Amino acid sequence: MTATPHETAKASRTAGIPFLLKTAFINAVIALVLFSLMIGIRTEAGSDGQLTYWTRFGDLASIVAAVFGGSIVIELLRQWIGPTGAEKLVPPAVQSGMSFIGRYLAPALLVFTLLVPVIFYNQRYILDLAILVLTYVMLGWGLNVVVGLAGLLDLGYVAFYAVGAYSYALLATNFGWSFWVCLPLAGILAAFWGVLLGFPVLRLRGDYLAIVTLAFGEIIRLVIINWQDLTGGPNGVSGIPRPTFFGIPLDNSDDGLAAKLRIEYSPTHRIVFLFYLILALALLTNWVTIRLRRLPIGRAWEALREDEVACRALGINTTTTKLTAFATGAMFGGFAGAFFATRQGFISPESFTFQESALVLAIVVLGGMGSQLGVALAALAMIGGFELFRSLETYRMLVFGMAMVLIMIWRPRGLIGHRAPTVYLTKAQAISSDLVKEGHG
Amino acid sequence: MDYFAQQLINGLVLGSIYGLIAIGYTMVYGIVGMINFAHGDIFMIGGFIALITFLILISLGLTAIPVILLVVLLVSMAITALYGWTIERIAYRPLRHSFRLAPMLSAIGMSFVLTNYSQVAQGARVKPIPPLITGGYTLHESVDGFVIRLSNVQILVVVTTIVLLGIFTWLVSRTRLGRDMRACEQDQTMAALLGVDVDRTISMTFVIGAALAAVAGLMYLLYYGLVDFFMGFVAGIKAFTAAVLGGIGSLPGAMLGGLAIGLIETFWSAYFSVEYKDVAAFSILIVVLIFMPTGLLGRPEVEKV
Repeated sequence: MTATPHETAKASRTAGIPFLLKTAFINAVIALVLFSLMIGIRTEAGSDGQLTYWTRFGDLASIVAAVFGGSIVIELLRQWIGPTGAEKLVPPAVQSGMSFIGRYLAPALLVFTLLVPVIFYNQRYILDLAILVLTYVMLGWGLNVVVGLAGLLDLGYVAFYAVGAYSYALLATNFGWSFWVCLPLAGILAAFWGVLLGFPVLRLRGDYLAIVTLAFGEIIRLVIINWQDLTGGPNGVSGIPRPTFFGIPLDNSDDGLAAKLRIEYSPTHRIVFLFYLILALALLTNWVTIRLRRLPIGRAWEALREDEVACRALGINTTTTKLTAFATGAMFGGFAGAFFATRQGFISPESFTFQESALVLAIVVLGGMGSQLGVALAALAMIGGFELFRSLETYRMLVFGMAMVLIMIWRPRGLIGHRAPTVYLTKAQAISSDLVKEGHG
Repeated sequence: MDYFAQQLINGLVLGSIYGLIAIGYTMVYGIVGMINFAHGDIFMIGGFIALITFLILISLGLTAIPVILLVVLLVSMAITALYGWTIERIAYRPLRHSFRLAPMLSAIGMSFVLTNYSQVAQGARVKPIPPLITGGYTLHESVDGFVIRLSNVQILVVVTTIVLLGIFTWLVSRTRLGRDMRACEQDQTMAALLGVDVDRTISMTFVIGAALAAVAGLMYLLYYGLVDFFMGFVAGIKAFTAAVLGGIGSLPGAMLGGLAIGLIETFWSAYFSVEYKDVAAFSILIVVLIFMPTGLLGRPEVEKV
């Protein structure tokens, strides 16, 4: 088992069934040792605090059998598909078909999204899910500025989401300010925190940066939990006002929007309004990002991602470049947070754990780091996938973790793994991202 | 003064545990250049395996505490080491030549897998054990009745850490494996050309790191008397902080950083507030990285173009 995967594949093509059985047997033995105590024995604290245990050898046996069978299947698949890593030739017809789909996929998706409340007007569940997906699309696009464009790995993005959510919640509940006043404020406050985090991390390289941002996210969460006078601690903030249609409430009252328009009131109006609100916010994020990419600052971000040393040599001020990336990304996170607070009506620190950061980061990476369309599709796939596993509450994060590992092994570059350069000489040519070296951000 | 001395003892014991975990981070970072995000969860798995082995041994009727401790130590080290080995094979080795962020993200995924695996396998509730090692010594008793105590568990934790560190230092500096590890740390291609099995050396690094984390898990279990499925996350970040504080890649640095973090956390809880002790540890990480990006004993990194 010390052979490299390459050698294993080579040997398996010549060795056949005995090798297959041997590999599967070894894997099964490893699985038996790994799971013997953790699965085979179940411990639980009894009512008197005394720890008891019982055995689950049936479960253990079935897992070991599954590993045995699974490794035979994987080995067969590996032989059948052939060595991985070889460049697969795509026929030109398929390639042009793909590029055709690629060109019209984004507009088609946008039109479909605009029509979602019309098509699914009576299906509250789908509308709620769509709002959730759009929230993550927006978060993904916001984080994409930091990770995808500027190449700075941020593991604490949820901190800015939390700052935005708490800004709106506290301003609205304490001072009664309206959503439309608080929304820009939430964005500005989050951007301020982004700059505050940005300052210390300017000198750090990729991995260190990741850990510092993670620590920052945890600090924000711990402060929210412990500063009970301000934030309500673990109990959160409740009774956050619902958004109004620029001052006109969306409720059943006499001066509500429904009464003013002389139509019959329905609770769905508010959901549809929230849907278009988050869609507008997400599209704003997208539009700003696309425009910024064409400005010197956006080009500086991408240059920074590719090579920081070269950037400095060319006279780009890396300090301001990094700070603007952090601030821009954080601002969109803040907007999304304010939206989250007004939609839920209740927020607590539990919504802002590291898992959220990891989920948004997974969306950006799965989307191909820098591709706007890819991020949107990845958010749809991730949140949709989460919904499919909703019934398996405890297994959900297990599956999510496995999916993250498998995606990294299978397609480390994400779904849409090429980048169209923003600056080109004669013809824009998409570069496979395998050729793009990551910077030292 | 007595209060201070007591906190000093507590901090050193906690620091030893962090130091043992931090060695795993620093070794892997030194050789592979990645943050093994799942290492904190390996520590948690080690604690769980120790707990289950304890239960089995006690229900088998064993009463000799030294025998129980030795068996538990060996079993949890062996099984946890196998976890480390398997994780490296499944999640990190295929990504060794992939782009920079891939192993890090894969490690985050693996951390989720391990956390939720033990939640699914062993339940979400905290698992307490009755104290196995009791007793201790009273070092000093002041006039107002404050007692400085040094419990036997604390002695055990510190002694085990020192012994393991001795073995480990010998392993790295005197054996063939240690030489291979240092060679891989400097230049993997050159090491491979000179006949070092790089894959095997990296695997062994993960195995040793996981085994030390298992010891830390056992010590945590003995010291605090409980394990739960979520303890790996915070302990992992703090141990990583320790590794960075000591200078990542440096083994004595990891231990030193561990002790520093343990002391800071204990004193912060003792003199300021318990609620903000994690905030203090994380803030230290940020401050250290601003002013001393290479840590206490780290080598300054040379940027080559």
